[in-house]
Amino acid sequence: MRHDRGHPRRPGALSWLRGPASSGPLRRAPDDRLAGGVAAGLAARTGFDVTVVRIAFVLATLVTGGFALAAYVLAWLLLPMEGADSNIASHARSDRHGITLAAGVASLLAVVLLVASTFGIGLLGWLSWPLIISAAGLVLIWRNATADERETMRHLAEPLAGLTGGKGGRRTIVRMSVAGVLLISGLVALTSAHESFAVLRPLGGVLLVIAAIVVVLGPWWLRIARDLVVERQARIRAEERADMAARLHDSVLQTLALIQRRASDPQQVIKLARAQERELRGWLFDGQAPGPLGGEGMTLAAGVRLIQQEVEDQHGITVEAVTVGDCDLDDDLAALLAAAREATVNAGKWSGADVVSLFAEVEPAEVSLFVRDRGRGFDPAAVPGDRRGLAESIHGRMARRGGSATVRSVPGEGTEVSLTMPRTAGKRQPSRT
Amino acid sequence: MSTPGSRAPGADRPRVFIVDDHGLFRSGVRSELGDEVDVVGEADDVEPAIALIAETQPDVVLLDVHLPGGGGQAVVTAIKDAHPQVRFLALSASDAPEDVIAVVRAGARGYVTKTISGAELVDAVHRVAAGDAVFSPRLAGFVLDAFAATAPADGGRLSFDPELDQLTSREREVLRLIARGYTYKEIARELYISTKTVESHVSSVLRKLQLSTRHQLTRWAAERRLT
Repeated sequence: MRHDRGHPRRPGALSWLRGPASSGPLRRAPDDRLAGGVAAGLAARTGFDVTVVRIAFVLATLVTGGFALAAYVLAWLLLPMEGADSNIASHARSDRHGITLAAGVASLLAVVLLVASTFGIGLLGWLSWPLIISAAGLVLIWRNATADERETMRHLAEPLAGLTGGKGGRRTIVRMSVAGVLLISGLVALTSAHESFAVLRPLGGVLLVIAAIVVVLGPWWLRIARDLVVERQARIRAEERADMAARLHDSVLQTLALIQRRASDPQQVIKLARAQERELRGWLFDGQAPGPLGGEGMTLAAGVRLIQQEVEDQHGITVEAVTVGDCDLDDDLAALLAAAREATVNAGKWSGADVVSLFAEVEPAEVSLFVRDRGRGFDPAAVPGDRRGLAESIHGRMARRGGSATVRSVPGEGTEVSLTMPRTAGKRQPSRT
Repeated sequence: MSTPGSRAPGADRPRVFIVDDHGLFRSGVRSELGDEVDVVGEADDVEPAIALIAETQPDVVLLDVHLPGGGGQAVVTAIKDAHPQVRFLALSASDAPEDVIAVVRAGARGYVTKTISGAELVDAVHRVAAGDAVFSPRLAGFVLDAFAATAPADGGRLSFDPELDQLTSREREVLRLIARGYTYKEIARELYISTKTVESHVSSVLRKLQLSTRHQLTRWAAERRLT
């Protein structure tokens, strides 16, 4: 336990402050991003401070009439995230619904801007192309980004969603903005031209043009909207499946692994199998969440103690559990505990350490949980893709609930998994409705 | 942990006294401490402990928090005025926070759990002998909990010394890392400070814990006892 730990791995945390440019291809930076991490990536690559790059971006957007914005969105699509091996565009290429949706949004925007320019509101005219490109690009990014990035985008879009009263979603926003633009342009046209009735004639013409466009494209837009609903349901189903896979992994697969290890001890095997059968039946037929974590009236500290007992019993190691503060469990915190249990079980199974430290702190805004061992450690980047434990049971589970997970591990020196779950997460609209 | 060779001369083989009501545990600790320290005596209850400690004058007393004849703090209270050079390290399996805090407030220089490894226990004994404080993850958690209940909102009115009644943010950081299982050396590296600075933060927390007259600390312990 007296190993010298190497410097903690925090890519990007210091490199952008230091000035020297990094080498290698341009990548989006995951750590220090506001939106897509393009500016942070550029900053890391060129050695400029990220704030300087961001200001330059904003200035460029103003000077180029919005084309820098479009360039940003395209870069977001085309540049892979640091550490990822493919960009969003390569996912988007096979996303036929997304491409249709992007085309729909683009054409809708085109109509809105056409209407605006007919009424002589030139202000929007010069922004139109970059705006259309950016909107279509953002649609593709939204649909094909990782859960983590979607969470960032949701944060950015929150004020917009607030305007429409939360529920109702994207369609309401689109409708409201169309109505707003029509209303404003109509009023502007009327007030600026009331002295001459002759102006009413082109107005009538414009109305006809709009009607024509709506008649032509309307059904298509409707279909897109319908597809969106269908697909939203599919997404919810996929998330439920992922949740179920994570649960089965934590219970059934873990037990099977234990049974294989203890194959020489029939008593133990029978005990494990019975317990697992009971738990699985309870979950499938009585709706109880598997494991002791799902109980009613459970608190966070009690949950941490249960994890401690369970891992100590099953893996024969000491779990040093410390909790500061306590609160009742909601679904988000139950997910946090489930991720923590997975991290502790992993430490018990793989680290080779005798002691695992488990520290939970309840603060007003968030709950943090740390699982640390001084075992053999591993290279997080080298974990094979079919190992569901880390990717699904920890990262996926936290991301789906609006929390975050980071893993710091140095081979030969140990591992620390840090989990954070905001306590207000339940009140924000999660991706499932 | 530093190697034995690097320790200050004079602190090489501290004289240790063990107070615990379980004979098995006492002999276990004896063998774990091995040659690193000089075990000068042991006792299984409050009364014999007070008499024997006064007689043998050890450097460090390893003290069980719970004893049949009363809490471990009775031993600390009886000894500390007459023999201020005797230092106490509380040691126990699993205890209610208020009992642990009571022993530390009575004057123990730290608290470790019985699950501690032999090497760590030796290290802790050396630290206490040198006058430093020893915080186990659990004690760090207790202290964070006790001081956290104190939003600074009503801190001013009832306390006599506000400086003693609150932890600095650095002290909180150090305690959090201890609770997460970091050693002093690892904390020093994580926070880019020296091990000496970590030690002084911990000593300062211990001082606040012992000297604070904070109303909330008592209330916190009382609440803990009720639940």
